[in-house]
Amino acid sequence: MHDTLVVGGGVMGCAVALHLARAGQRVVLLEKGGLCMQASGVNAGTLAIQIKRAALIPYALRGWEMWSDARQWLGSDAGFHQVGGVTLAFTQEEAEMLAERMEARRRNGAPIEMVGSNRARELEPGLSDKPVLASWCALDGYASSNELGMLFRAALANADVEVREFASVDAIDRLSGGYTARTLAGPVSASRVVLAGGMWLEALLKRDFGIHIPLICRVNQVSVTERMPPIMRRVVGVATGQLTLKQSQNGTVIIGGGWQGKGDPERGGYEVIPENLIGNLRLASYAVPALRKARVVRTWLGLEGNTEDAMPIVGELPGAPNAFVIGGVRGGFTIGPFMGMLLAQHILGQQPEMPIFDPTRAIVPSPSAAGKTTRRPDSAS
Amino acid sequence: MSRYDVIILGGGPAGMRAAITARQHGLDVAVIDEGQRPGGQIYRAPSRDLQPHERAGATDLAQGERLRAAVAESGAHLLTRHRAWAAAPGIRVDCIAPDGPISLEADALILATGTIERVIPMPGLTLPGVIGLAAATILLKAHAVVPGGPTVVAGVGPLLYAVAAGIGKAGGRVAAVVDLLAPSEWAGALLGLISRPDLLARGAGWMAGLRRAGVPIHHRATLAAIHGGRGVEAVEIAPVAADWSMIPGGPQSRIAAASVAVGHGLVPATEFARLMGVAHRYDAARGGWVPEVSEDGRAGENLYIAGDCAGVSGAAAAELAGSLAGLGVARDLGRISDDTYEKLTARLRPSLRRAQRFGWTISAMMALRPGLACGIAPKTIVCRCEDISRQAIDNAVAGGVRHVNQLKSTTRCGMGPCQGRSCADAAAEIVAANTGLSREAVGIWTPRVPLRPIPLEIALGDFTYADIPWPPMLPA
Repeated sequence: MHDTLVVGGGVMGCAVALHLARAGQRVVLLEKGGLCMQASGVNAGTLAIQIKRAALIPYALRGWEMWSDARQWLGSDAGFHQVGGVTLAFTQEEAEMLAERMEARRRNGAPIEMVGSNRARELEPGLSDKPVLASWCALDGYASSNELGMLFRAALANADVEVREFASVDAIDRLSGGYTARTLAGPVSASRVVLAGGMWLEALLKRDFGIHIPLICRVNQVSVTERMPPIMRRVVGVATGQLTLKQSQNGTVIIGGGWQGKGDPERGGYEVIPENLIGNLRLASYAVPALRKARVVRTWLGLEGNTEDAMPIVGELPGAPNAFVIGGVRGGFTIGPFMGMLLAQHILGQQPEMPIFDPTRAIVPSPSAAGKTTRRPDSAS
Repeated sequence: MSRYDVIILGGGPAGMRAAITARQHGLDVAVIDEGQRPGGQIYRAPSRDLQPHERAGATDLAQGERLRAAVAESGAHLLTRHRAWAAAPGIRVDCIAPDGPISLEADALILATGTIERVIPMPGLTLPGVIGLAAATILLKAHAVVPGGPTVVAGVGPLLYAVAAGIGKAGGRVAAVVDLLAPSEWAGALLGLISRPDLLARGAGWMAGLRRAGVPIHHRATLAAIHGGRGVEAVEIAPVAADWSMIPGGPQSRIAAASVAVGHGLVPATEFARLMGVAHRYDAARGGWVPEVSEDGRAGENLYIAGDCAGVSGAAAAELAGSLAGLGVARDLGRISDDTYEKLTARLRPSLRRAQRFGWTISAMMALRPGLACGIAPKTIVCRCEDISRQAIDNAVAGGVRHVNQLKSTTRCGMGPCQGRSCADAAAEIVAANTGLSREAVGIWTPRVPLRPIPLEIALGDFTYADIPWPPMLPA
């Protein structure tokens, strides 16, 4: 019998498992694929304070700190680079939006300053002459999301977490004094369970706990160019939040910003939408014109499961003692390690360093129950 | 956006025959091909600049010209020099055309994308002067160019002898043929090859010609290394066991050479089929991962797969499979009745089976054996786009990697401009060997668009800020 069973091996599940194990718990982690092979490993790796929700800035700053300190807790710097970032406004309307949004983040502690277009081009000589206003944050940077699975695998092994990859959970049963996951390789039991299934959390909660937390499935497209000579040195974004752009150490340029492809939890991301790819690339080259000389070699899709308000759910499930949930937030890569630590602190009976996010707010009556109460007389069966 | 009844991806024997057949039943057809003219690899068209005598080295020319003439007369839209980079159910195909990006739509899609050549790396593979057997055939057929001699021709399959004979015929010099197979394995396959006495005789002619020219043929041997400084200078050959692993301590010999043509078999080009969501299985004897299709090539709703990309079976089978796919689409789109379809296909199926028997015998001979990739030396580069060595793959597997997608994300193996086409088989073989898992279990890389690199300059076109199709904004 383990102390804690973690279901889901993305950044949040891995971080919870790691912190619990380091505090002395016996932890087992089940992952249906490989560690960090979904959103945690295929996101663009941007660690940009400027694109975080204003309400989450204190968490994002702590998450950023953990990334900058990854060698200490993860055993590797995870490709962390602090290069600073500029966020651009191309129209007067966007300039007003940018000023307003950055002011909200600044109020919550983000070290962001507004700069004119000339100063922006000094900071990032790769920029076009199109921006009319920009903001600057020296903290912005990136980490290598693609390496994360490998790094967590080593760290979890060192912490004596029993990691089982390619281990699908067929069901989670509540038994006296704990929970048992049924897997192809036999049952796995623990006193408590942490559900960290990313986009697959909704189905897991519905199937095994009868709880309905609707998640919006965002299918984010990310593209990468061939290796190029240096064309830019900062993280570049736009006021609307729909661009992240940076050149990595190996010379490739990673282009993201949440442009959507097609996908669902059953099939994963299955189709890039060419118009959205072209739109994303146009925006990127509008900001950094040298990109026009690039060739795009790959576009991929990551499934992000967002709650309706895109804020996190981190805490115990109502009516299911010792069952915890973590996820639901947009842009979970930056704050993921910190969220994992907060939940571990909560589980260990400590006062979490910052308030956690009660999942109760995101629960809606289950669709079958809702169907009973809202069925209209004329609706077809 | 242009719209057709059916889009055919690939203008080789399967694609051309599918187009001709579909046109016979009144369908509006577009054939998309990267080449200057249709033909594919086997029927690659000679460059228009060549003099007639320069075309002498081109085998299969007559049949290629017949098919090209027929497809040109058929009224199919021949979209040559079009590079397809995405396909989606619906049907939609995105291309880079000579004058910019275009999207095509159709009611049905036939995939006839042929194969890619497998080359399992050895030290020196990236030296200037080393080319694939397939590249050598392109040089010979399209341009009447021979690799700078003397040339060592190495690997497996009939292409080995076709290239060696072609180089000789075109005036080049072959230093040696290095064949992974034993003479007994060629002899053992005769029963399966006898159905095509013409091709058998042609192969025998190649062998006899090489012997007459005094070209040494080394059987059950492989290239242990290619040596050179700024280009190829010599190769080291070594004897192999039946599983194609080098025999430890076996006698190695050195052959002086200025170029090398090497290939270890043909692999079905399945990226588009995988992009379309078709299920695949691993079948080494058909070239590797092959799509699940019906006998008539049907892979899904309004989707057909014909020719070598559905499992290596050769040009004759590809043409017949192309006809079947053309008929299948004609039936699915209501141009012919089920009865007519049955009547027309009943005549084709026995011929297809006969042709497949020959083709599958050849592809089974070329099936990758485990010793070849297992023998890759630690320092040898497996992924040449990203400079990933055998050692790096071993390290990743030691660190817990069990699936090729994990290998890709942790090492960057397969992430470069060739998008993993060059190294996929070698990398998967190493992961399978080191983990003890099957090739099915270690999987296949998820196909990612663009399937060919897209130059932004061309793809983006001229645009203003207002032309960017903004998605809805998310809460701040």
